[in-house]
Amino acid sequence: MTTALMRVRNLDKRFDTIHACRNVSFELHQGEVLGVVGESGSGKTTLLRCLSGEMLPSAGTVEYDVRMRGLTDIAALSEPERRLLRRTDWGIVHQNPRDGLRMNISAGGNVGERLMAVGARHYGEIRGEAVDWLERVELDQDRIDDAPSTFSGGMQQRLQIARNLVSKPRLVFMDEPTGGLDVSVQARLLDLLRGLVRDLHIAAIVVTHDLAVVRLLADRLMVMRRGEVVESGLTDQVLDDPQHAYTQLLVSSVLQP
Amino acid sequence: MTVATNHNGGTESGYNFAYLDEQTKRMIRRCLLKAVAIPGYQVPFGSREMPLAYGWGTGGIQVTASIIGPDDVLKVIDQGADDTTNAVSIRHFFQRTADVATTEETEDATIIQTRHRVPETAMKEGQILVYQVPQPEPLRQLEPRETECRKIHGYAEYGLMHVKLYEDIARFGHIATSYSYPVLVNGRYVMSPTPIPKFDNPKMDSFPALQLFGAGREKRIYAVPPYTTVKSLDFDDHPFSVQKWDQACALCGAEDSFLDEVILDDRGRKMFVCSDSNYCEQRQAAGYSNPAAAADIAAYQLALQGEADA
Repeated sequence: MTTALMRVRNLDKRFDTIHACRNVSFELHQGEVLGVVGESGSGKTTLLRCLSGEMLPSAGTVEYDVRMRGLTDIAALSEPERRLLRRTDWGIVHQNPRDGLRMNISAGGNVGERLMAVGARHYGEIRGEAVDWLERVELDQDRIDDAPSTFSGGMQQRLQIARNLVSKPRLVFMDEPTGGLDVSVQARLLDLLRGLVRDLHIAAIVVTHDLAVVRLLADRLMVMRRGEVVESGLTDQVLDDPQHAYTQLLVSSVLQP
Repeated sequence: MTVATNHNGGTESGYNFAYLDEQTKRMIRRCLLKAVAIPGYQVPFGSREMPLAYGWGTGGIQVTASIIGPDDVLKVIDQGADDTTNAVSIRHFFQRTADVATTEETEDATIIQTRHRVPETAMKEGQILVYQVPQPEPLRQLEPRETECRKIHGYAEYGLMHVKLYEDIARFGHIATSYSYPVLVNGRYVMSPTPIPKFDNPKMDSFPALQLFGAGREKRIYAVPPYTTVKSLDFDDHPFSVQKWDQACALCGAEDSFLDEVILDDRGRKMFVCSDSNYCEQRQAAGYSNPAAAADIAAYQLALQGEADA
């Protein structure tokens, strides 16, 4: 049995009177994709922000297998260490690409930023890597010098993925990666994500309210309601044979075309 | 009306020596000490309202006013020249409020307040160069959040600065930033030497004089102590380089100075002259000239004559 990449124990997050996450515990291993589903306001995004170090939990621990150090409580890391982790070993794909991209910097500059942040100082090599990554996320190389503000929503989302994966992270956090995209673009993006995650053996935590997304991407699934994990297990198992009443409601609410 | 001499020696009555009150000067001096102790770090200070608009050198004037004494000799440069509006009015300001001696000679000055240029004549130990800074934050165009900028400086996460240079090369094929070119000071802080041309960047490295920077509107002071390393950022395959001209100064024939382009007429004639007027005049006085540009100078003088007559 290998050690976990991330281990969460009894995570609790309160905002004043609101109890956003209650007693969440799980383990995530290298290359594993964990889906988190639930209705809006169920604490999914808060959970993700606590995991990615953007917020600190009110109680409980989030441990991550920091390179050369082993499982470490991320709250015990210093702020520069957490920031370093966030821009090298982790990737964060925001729901709105505007939050994750620099809109007035060219696509190549966006992809190259993480490389330059860890000390790449050879323009030709940075550019080569950017071209390579644009190709991998199926963006036209001719658009490398265009600002993301001239891109379509789907292209911006793919660029955001390239920008995150260029540093070869071991864990990627995704908050509604397909939100706001039309169905056919969603399908292509999911297909691309699935391929990249499998090829690069990246672990991912995907927060979404879209069951189709987790069905395609996630190995395991957690269902959240009012800040609590009400059911968890293998994705197909949970979706095909939901045990908890809320999960049953969620699964039966999906429109069948 | 008689102009009374105040007790500190200024010729203008009703003002303290060098305009600012002593407590303000004290506050600014404390910030200057901190700035010198941490080369390149931007120290916030309580910038005061000055009797001229932001953008006209209020930061530099406050720094100069805080360090100037009755025995100092002041030189003021605006765009390299001693005789442009900003230079003349700031020099006049200190003549009136501090009654100090002023000069146009770089060698004779103890304090030089400058906008846009480092003098061509080498400065020496004991002199102080005060820069007027419009935008102290090198990251401003890339990161609009001030809180985030402070963290980037604090943790020395300067990858973003290279994104700006990357953008230049992607767009223009070379690093097209020609002024406010970012530098790494003492191997730690990235600093904007605004707004001097990058031509002057190499001069700042191991500079024998003290360099002080004041930004009035942005309320920041920073400094580079004498003999500190100042390295211009670049890429391995696109190294830092300075502007070059394929001709010499039309007036003094200098080939090693920063040249300004002067338009002579509306038919495209132009000439290049030293931006540092003091350096150019010294060379002309020493007998240097540029015979190749004699025709241009004649045309220029004719044009000036025409303007005067009209």
